[in-house]
Amino acid sequence: MVDDDALISLDGVEKVFDVRRRVSLMRREKRQVRAVDGISFAVARGEMVGYIGPNGAGKSTTIKMLTGILNPSGGRLRVAGIDPARERVRLAHRIGVVFGQRTTLWWDLPLKDSYGLMRRMYRVPRARFEENLERCVDRLDLAELLDVPVRQLSLGQRMRGDIAAALLHDPDVLYLDEPTIGLDVVSKAKVRGFLRQLNEERGTTVLLTTHDLQDIEQLCERVMVIDHGRLMYDGALGGLHAAGSAGESERTLVVDLERELAPISVPGARVVKVEGPRQWLAFPAGQSAAPLVSAVAAEYPLVDLSVREPDIEDVIARMYAGRD
Amino acid sequence: MAEATGTAGTAGTAAATAGPAETRPAREFTDPEAPRAHGRVLEGLRGYGLIVAMWIRSTMTYRTSFVLSTVGNAAITLLDFVAISIMFSHVDVLGGFTLPEIALLYGSCSASLGLADLLLGNTDRIGARIRDGSLDTMLVRPVPLLAQVAADRFALRRLGRVVQGLGVLGWALWSLEVDWTAGKVLLVPVMVLSGAAIFAAVMVAGAAFQFVAGDAAEVQNSFTYGGCTMLQYPPTVFATELLRGVTFIVPLAFVNWLPALYLLGRPDPLGLPGWAAFLSPLVAFVVFVPASLAWRAGVRSYRSTGS
Ligand SMILES: Nc1ncnc2c1ncn2[C@@H]1O[C@H](COP(=O)(O)OP(=O)(O)OP(=O)(O)O)[C@@H](O)[C@H]1O
Ligand SMILES: [Mg+2]
Repeated sequence: MVDDDALISLDGVEKVFDVRRRVSLMRREKRQVRAVDGISFAVARGEMVGYIGPNGAGKSTTIKMLTGILNPSGGRLRVAGIDPARERVRLAHRIGVVFGQRTTLWWDLPLKDSYGLMRRMYRVPRARFEENLERCVDRLDLAELLDVPVRQLSLGQRMRGDIAAALLHDPDVLYLDEPTIGLDVVSKAKVRGFLRQLNEERGTTVLLTTHDLQDIEQLCERVMVIDHGRLMYDGALGGLHAAGSAGESERTLVVDLERELAPISVPGARVVKVEGPRQWLAFPAGQSAAPLVSAVAAEYPLVDLSVREPDIEDVIARMYAGRD
Repeated sequence: MAEATGTAGTAGTAAATAGPAETRPAREFTDPEAPRAHGRVLEGLRGYGLIVAMWIRSTMTYRTSFVLSTVGNAAITLLDFVAISIMFSHVDVLGGFTLPEIALLYGSCSASLGLADLLLGNTDRIGARIRDGSLDTMLVRPVPLLAQVAADRFALRRLGRVVQGLGVLGWALWSLEVDWTAGKVLLVPVMVLSGAAIFAAVMVAGAAFQFVAGDAAEVQNSFTYGGCTMLQYPPTVFATELLRGVTFIVPLAFVNWLPALYLLGRPDPLGLPGWAAFLSPLVAFVVFVPASLAWRAGVRSYRSTGS
């Protein structure tokens, strides 16, 4: 899948780390970690894609290859037509990067000075810079923070400062590695709103990794799931349900009975959990709940009920758990 | 577990409606070809200048503290030389060299090292950045990495050592009775500048080595600071094997020994001809080749950290 029309394209990309581990005082063991193990995908201009997977799946490693930080061990990458590892400096003008875990700003400088230095480094014309900065300051609420040295900013403040810094040179692509990590609800909402606007208004392509599925639900139409360095799923968020449970996606009927009973028996459903008078019945997602409800109501003392759709977190948890 | 379902791109491209592409601002400024045309070196120098200017501006906000630390820096390094001159109150010559002759060696190598240290001194801190992965952030900026590493936390107070070195060198040249010729006059600045370039190359090579050997700042320092301590003494006091090593392998002898011997009209203990004194700029240029290759290899092998 070599797709050079795409803004980002990966073809059979691999990254292998040689790790040496001390087994005992004298002996050292050499081992290979296949952090990324043959990944191919393409992202078109203007897409906003979620890149998710459990800890150690290879998300950050992929992003580091896409920015030119790491050399791939195999395969082919292109970002805006550029081979990242070979032309890292040229690529830097076209991309913005935010590492949730690490600031790209100068620790001792006030935000304003960091931004000024960025402007010169990236050769952004002053008018364009002022315009971009004003927009970021306004939407990310940075006005109060501009004179504060980065080391004095709180995590959430610093993250907003970092996001602004990544966008002052109008990059084509924005990579975000866990941009909402450690943020409170309000800050998360602010960051999400900002990213959505950025994508809609300026058409910036966004690739983001996160462990917060709400980020994905609220921002990304397309999601890629990776595990053990392999792509497990690539498609619409909605399709994840079907893929995750490999065709056996289930909904849950939650019934509240008058009193505690042994697990009830209803054809077409099975009890998966009992808690006092409340029981959970799983049934195939494609099937209607109506016959179940009437069957339960006919035979048992029903007080209340509700139907739960398979929840994306469950689906993903099951996907993660289903790995070897 | 289902293999990657092949809906790649389809779900995606649907999202990439034509709309935003038109409203995007034209990107007339970050012409990606521009840096190429300027060449990597110029681009590196420009980036270096920007970062250095930023650090100078931020140190200048505390002007008194800057002045004090610069003076302190010069004073501390001068103590080195005071120690040497005290030694000469007991002996008249060392390895056949008089105090002004030693001062010539001392001043020139101190000025050279000071200059290299001022311009590139922070490269030895790259080991920490490699280990904690903070090099990542430099790698995503549009300035060659070496320029960023060299300019990082640029400390103008290191000018102190340069001033001190040049002071001692000036005193030496004034006290010595050199048979000045045009060549010898030219040789003095050439010696100081090529010496700085040789030390700079050693620093780059040392920084490159740290990509492989986690914490090798000490190795680097033993060649630079340690090398300079050695170069303060006349070559005649060292064993021939060592002299060969610092002439042909790590060519520190070209920093000041060979040019200084020529200025003083003394023969080289290894028997190199007089014109070898003028080879320093060439040697500096030549040592930059392996140093920069090593640097490139180092950067390519950078593996960041797992978190
Ligand atoms: N510099 C490194 N040296 C050795 N192994 C590494 C290095 N970087 C990553 N790894 C390994 O590669 C694998 C993938 O790591 P990566 O950081 O890409 O995971 P991730 O998907 O970002 O996980 P998380 O959600 O925890 O951030 C892990 O097994 C990790 O131990
Ligand atoms: Mg990660």
